[in-house]
Amino acid sequence: MQFKGTVYKCGRDIDTDVIIPARYLTTSDPAELAKHCMEDLDTEFVNKVTQGDIIVAGENFGCGSSREHAPIAIKAAGIDVVIAKSFARIFYRNSINIGLAIMECPEAVDAIENGDVVSVDANTGVITDQTTGQTFQAQPFPEFLQEIIQAGGLVKRWQAKLG
Amino acid sequence: MARPMTMAEKILAAHAGLDEVVPGQLVECDLDLVLANDVTAPIAIKKCQEIRPNVFDPERVLLVPDHYTPNKDIAAATQAKIVRDFAKDQGISHYWEVGCVGVEHALLPEQGVVGAGDLIIGADSHTCTYGALGAFSTGVGSTDAGVGFATGKAWFKVPESILFKVEGELAPGVTGKDVILHIIGKIGVDGALYCAMEFTGSAIKSLPMDERLTISNMAIEAGGKAGLIEVDDVTRAYMDGRVERPYTEYHSDPDAQYKQVVEINAADIQPTVAWPHLPSNTHPVAESRHITIDQAIIGSCTNGRLDDMRQAAEVLKGRKVHPDVRCIIIPATQEVYRQSMAEGLFDIFLDANCAISAPTCGPCLGGHMGCLAKGERAIATTNRNFVGRMGHPESEVYLSSPAVAAASAVLGHIGLPSDLD
Repeated sequence: MQFKGTVYKCGRDIDTDVIIPARYLTTSDPAELAKHCMEDLDTEFVNKVTQGDIIVAGENFGCGSSREHAPIAIKAAGIDVVIAKSFARIFYRNSINIGLAIMECPEAVDAIENGDVVSVDANTGVITDQTTGQTFQAQPFPEFLQEIIQAGGLVKRWQAKLG
Repeated sequence: MARPMTMAEKILAAHAGLDEVVPGQLVECDLDLVLANDVTAPIAIKKCQEIRPNVFDPERVLLVPDHYTPNKDIAAATQAKIVRDFAKDQGISHYWEVGCVGVEHALLPEQGVVGAGDLIIGADSHTCTYGALGAFSTGVGSTDAGVGFATGKAWFKVPESILFKVEGELAPGVTGKDVILHIIGKIGVDGALYCAMEFTGSAIKSLPMDERLTISNMAIEAGGKAGLIEVDDVTRAYMDGRVERPYTEYHSDPDAQYKQVVEINAADIQPTVAWPHLPSNTHPVAESRHITIDQAIIGSCTNGRLDDMRQAAEVLKGRKVHPDVRCIIIPATQEVYRQSMAEGLFDIFLDANCAISAPTCGPCLGGHMGCLAKGERAIATTNRNFVGRMGHPESEVYLSSPAVAAASAVLGHIGLPSDLD
């Protein structure tokens, strides 16, 4: 899978309460959740990003609550890929399970600036900053996780397995 | 002979049908229990039924509507109804209605649903709480839980373990909450990322079950996948006659390999408060007295158990909450509620001008029963102080033990029980 978009950059320890505040958890409708994505960090987030944009973040992205509403809101807000130095483990699982592309690449996070145009090859893990011409190699997923990603998420993998 | 293993590795190996596992290995395991709440279950139910019409075992799927119950509004009522209807339709035996329900991670140990040696996933990040009973339990999202509902299985990457040895005697007034805040302050909110935390040492062994549950509960606040405490006589006394299924003890081998061993002198731990906006932003209570508060919350899956109620009551007895502070007490389960009433703790709370709520997660996640306005500050016995966690994005949450929260409620600013003398 290939992605290309404009970068929205944020810091470390972006928690799931900031990604989607609990006051909106009385729904699981993606479009409704998307309206409030990141609003406690940046009230203009949903207006700033457009379909296909990329979040670039520091360590421990998605820490805190297990709410799957967080990657759902990010995806529904139009973000195709999140590149971070590291991910909190529940967010990591949730993203793979629902089909939000994520990549761990500290070097890319250090070099890429807010507003840069970046392309990502999710199959090879190559990240290219089109604005500066720099390229980076993200850590590849273990084979088992690639299977889930290729299947289109965990539910689809089980559907295929059980026929 | 299998390689020396930690208790986390042993539990995962046993549930994967393997003699041994090594950190980093990906394994598919049979689950003992899978749980979700009124926020996470509606999505999990949908995912489950995309795979199969029925759950793998109605005895092993647990549904605990605790977050927005008693229903806070129509949307919350709708979500609770989805969970209730599914529980009835599937014949789920472990479903608790309002009037029986409590905060899940206080309720399930108390009711004997979870026990040592279990492998449990829950669509709630504080599922790690049951590590205090010697279980491997971890938070997941709704899709993992939904797949667990349908299949009874989940995949795991075997985590490396970090051993926290807390040796010596804790000073009077230093609780399990202070121990875990101290640890998170020391290693950071991602200090145990992807790792199993194991707590041991004479100070841990000296703690009663309620305070051990508090420690394991907050493993996730250091990024931990699980927070385990080895079974001993305290655990057995708690579980015997309570746990509904046979339990299995797993003990770490003496030569098991740890990613890191963190040695902590119990005497170095002070009554601690975590300032906004991360649980790792810890400071001694003694250096936090300049912080005035508008609200105190005593409850939650972290500190809403009977010992917590007793510790708060001991401080509030014969005193009044400061006129500028709202103090809200939330016993985490009906049993804690009943026992608190029987012991006369409610009279103490009512005489002190506290509000007492039915069990709910409520204000911990800014849901209801005590949200904060712009610019307001709360001290809370809960587990997170992220931006906007208890209400307005410009409000603040300070995390502490029940005794410190109670003392602060009386003082009108953060302080120690001894400040009241």
